[in-house]
Amino acid sequence: MDAMVRELSYAQAIQEAMAVAMDMDERVFLMGEDIGVYGGAFQVTGDLVDRFGTERVIDTPISELGGAGVAVGAALTGMRPIFEFQFSDFATLAMEQIVNQAAKMRFMLGGEVSVPVVMRFPAGSGTGAAAQHSQSLEAWLGHVPGLKVIQPATPYDAKGMLLAAVADPDPVMIFEHKLLYKAKGPVPEGYYTVPIGKADIRREGRDLTIVATSIMVQKALDAAATLEAEGIDVEVVDLRTIRPMDRQTVVDSVKKTSRLMCVYEAVKTLGIGAEVSAMIAESEAFDYLDAPIVRLGGAETPIPYNPELEKATVPQVPDIITAARDLVKGVR
Amino acid sequence: MAGASKAVADSRANLPFVYRQYSAEQLKQVLYKMYLIRRFEEGAEESYMRGLIHGTMHLSIGQEASAMGICMPLGEDDQITSTHRGHGHCIAKGAEVKRMFAEFFGKTTGYCKGRGGSMHIADVAKGNLGANGIVGGGIPIAVGAALSSKMMKTGKVVVSFFGDGANNEGAFHEALNMAAVWKLPVIFVCENNGYGMSTSTARSTAVKNIADRAAAYSMPGVIVNGNIFSEVAEASHKAVERARAGEGPTLIESKTYRHRGHSKSDRNRYRTKEEIEDWMSNRDPITLFENELREFGFIDGPGIEAIREAVAREIADGIEFAKVSPSPDVRETGNYVYTEQA
Repeated sequence: MDAMVRELSYAQAIQEAMAVAMDMDERVFLMGEDIGVYGGAFQVTGDLVDRFGTERVIDTPISELGGAGVAVGAALTGMRPIFEFQFSDFATLAMEQIVNQAAKMRFMLGGEVSVPVVMRFPAGSGTGAAAQHSQSLEAWLGHVPGLKVIQPATPYDAKGMLLAAVADPDPVMIFEHKLLYKAKGPVPEGYYTVPIGKADIRREGRDLTIVATSIMVQKALDAAATLEAEGIDVEVVDLRTIRPMDRQTVVDSVKKTSRLMCVYEAVKTLGIGAEVSAMIAESEAFDYLDAPIVRLGGAETPIPYNPELEKATVPQVPDIITAARDLVKGVR
Repeated sequence: MAGASKAVADSRANLPFVYRQYSAEQLKQVLYKMYLIRRFEEGAEESYMRGLIHGTMHLSIGQEASAMGICMPLGEDDQITSTHRGHGHCIAKGAEVKRMFAEFFGKTTGYCKGRGGSMHIADVAKGNLGANGIVGGGIPIAVGAALSSKMMKTGKVVVSFFGDGANNEGAFHEALNMAAVWKLPVIFVCENNGYGMSTSTARSTAVKNIADRAAAYSMPGVIVNGNIFSEVAEASHKAVERARAGEGPTLIESKTYRHRGHSKSDRNRYRTKEEIEDWMSNRDPITLFENELREFGFIDGPGIEAIREAVAREIADGIEFAKVSPSPDVRETGNYVYTEQA
């Protein structure tokens, strides 16, 4: 019998995934700042503390480095911690434990240990929180062998990928765009997983491949709907995982459409778009390209406070429409 | 008190802690291991000089009593996190020197299959969760292991070794605070050898004693002479009892000295020859322990000689084992980055 499917918000889907994981496995527990009675800065853990108690929903002091290290140590010794950063920006305070310890422990010890820690990072701009609470740092962590880095774009994927992350024996970093928390979508009850390392073709098309991540997936789909009226048929690939990246799905899509655009919120240079572009340039899909590759990414600035400026620093639907139109029509 | 009759116990009543607590056999084994640590590091240093080991290493020669004393009351299930100066901790926790040599030689038979080297030596089966190349890196990890112990009710105690340099890292303060707030079964052991690389604690640290920092985290702060085995073991014993009773963490400051430089690049310009000579001649931990064992009648000259010879054999066999062991295949460079899944 198929599981009941309801409409849940992205935040509710994550909360449900954590509850399912904790019900299934007593080794799973939550750590983070104000995730208990407060419910988390974005109410993602919500009332889980009432159900699972303070022993399994642990409020940490404001100690990102130490807290991340405790999660790593617990994972190393048999537990399955899910560690919430209050904002993804605070990963900067914990990079030592993430990059030097969690990512490398298994390798440095010759395969004698695994570090099954899950870290959740509320990310992205659009909340008026300015430069230190709005960054998209996923590519930083995507550069580190030993980590897996995912960016679910829908409530369905947010639940399924979190459950896959908890089951994964290695450290998984989940970047959750804060503006997605209220987005709704169908989510089955109970346990299911969405595989890490597999992209998803969210819309099939013939004229152009848009590889998008996180909140940019929906923006690309909105742009595609407008472009369809103009006779431009866009394929939207939701990358979902940035390490390990699903090369084959992107290559196959570009071979079909002969045009590639990458859309992501993080700063444009040295980011995911560069990686996807290079991946295509190095692949058999290169010969299929009918036009130069286009990247739409964040501006080369910190995220500003003023709402108009803030919007202007990251790609918006009209930007995608214009760039896609120019790309397909050969306007450069 | 294993192996000691009441009469023997009475005769020991006025002796220092370890001579009341442990049998003669156990104490001779401690001397054996202190020599094993010393000779292992000398063997590693010599192999480095001869070009058999590359990279660098950080020797703990002069700190053997600290490693052995702290590990003495620990069981095999108890766990430690160690440091870049961690060879002594590794041996004290039960590692085999042949597999340690093999790791230094970069061989597949090494503890990390040649992927970690000196700075990442570990022996997870014996409870050593690993040395660490990052100063202070292991401290929060030890707190996490102690959290696992508490949550899974395994009764394990976790020891985090670190140096005086680490006490100025944020990780130290964050970790001690959390361990105290959550009353975790963890023991923080600062091996204060006087210098963070070249910078003395007087120049780097605002408090006179690192143990003074324990007050900020509402835990006992204990200072011991790290070169006297019995003093260290007694402090560790009390901290282990406190941890096992669910009363929370302890900070032990073990004041000691490294005879060698920080690493292989050290020219020793920040300390005097006289200072080094004083520690080597007058406060060597092995000599001090050996003298006590003799004085209290636990061992005689031939007994000591037998230990030295047995250690020399184990070291020679270990180096030979490392030399003849196979190197990893370069085609396997990508192994162990992720857990292999079916």
